[in-house]
Amino acid sequence: MRRLQRGVRTLGEVLITLGLLLFLFVSWQLWWTDVTANREQVVTIHALERGFGPAGIPERVAGTPQTPLATLTKVPFGQAFAIMRVPRFGADFARPLLQGTDHDTLTNGIGHYSGTAFPGQVGNFAVAGHRTTYGMPFSNIDLLQTGDVIVVETKASYIVYAVARHVIVTPDQVEVIAPVPQHPGDKPTQAWLTMTACHPRFSATQRYVVFAKLVRSIPRATGLPASYMAVPAGTVG
Amino acid sequence: MYGALWRLLPGPWQAKLLLSLLLFVAVVAVCFLWLFPAIAPSMPFNGNSVQSGLSFLAPTPVI
Repeated sequence: MRRLQRGVRTLGEVLITLGLLLFLFVSWQLWWTDVTANREQVVTIHALERGFGPAGIPERVAGTPQTPLATLTKVPFGQAFAIMRVPRFGADFARPLLQGTDHDTLTNGIGHYSGTAFPGQVGNFAVAGHRTTYGMPFSNIDLLQTGDVIVVETKASYIVYAVARHVIVTPDQVEVIAPVPQHPGDKPTQAWLTMTACHPRFSATQRYVVFAKLVRSIPRATGLPASYMAVPAGTVG
Repeated sequence: MYGALWRLLPGPWQAKLLLSLLLFVAVVAVCFLWLFPAIAPSMPFNGNSVQSGLSFLAPTPVI
């Protein structure tokens, strides 16, 4: 009888411990990953901004002949190469864009699908971001409306896209990141931006996908017109 | 299990309490800094990209 009592007690303690560990994991995933990822992504943004140099100063840029696309296409896997700004997500919203879409890369910011077009290029500049956890850059992707501005800032230029439409698909529907979105095999004539994120929130059963179309590319020397960064009316938070 | 741990810790009950709190913090730190980051990629809810074996995609690891 004694032995049985002791066994039951130990079993209870083990179960309570496992429960606590699960609770710890959930708090780590839902809270701590945001804390660390936000901190690291802000550091990346500052480093990128320093590397890009000041905007709107033609004489400084004129002295350095650049081949922006050639430089971009050589970005190593996992490295940050651009900043994404989405006024709908807030005036201060700025997230690093990195090469690749594996787990570690998406922990550090928004990931660029290897093999898809680069910012401003004809084709589909396709990116993935977390909907929840790890800084959740695409937390509010479902708030994006037709016409909303998305600015991709590179060393050479500001590439301005406007949201055209969205779809909700299953994770295997890769045709959303085809050069002509949803028309795999077609020859692209336009420049698209495709954003993918988890859907529904806290689940990974579907993908929320937003398609945006190139509006214009503005050389860094010209500077980004403030009107593009105006927060749209009706934005919450 | 915890009873045995309590008996193992040396000193008066104040020292035992302090030591067990320290142990608890250490366990949480190990989980947050090493264990959880290591197992997170294999969790089924951590996917945000679309993927397949189509040729126009460079191979992307399943996340």
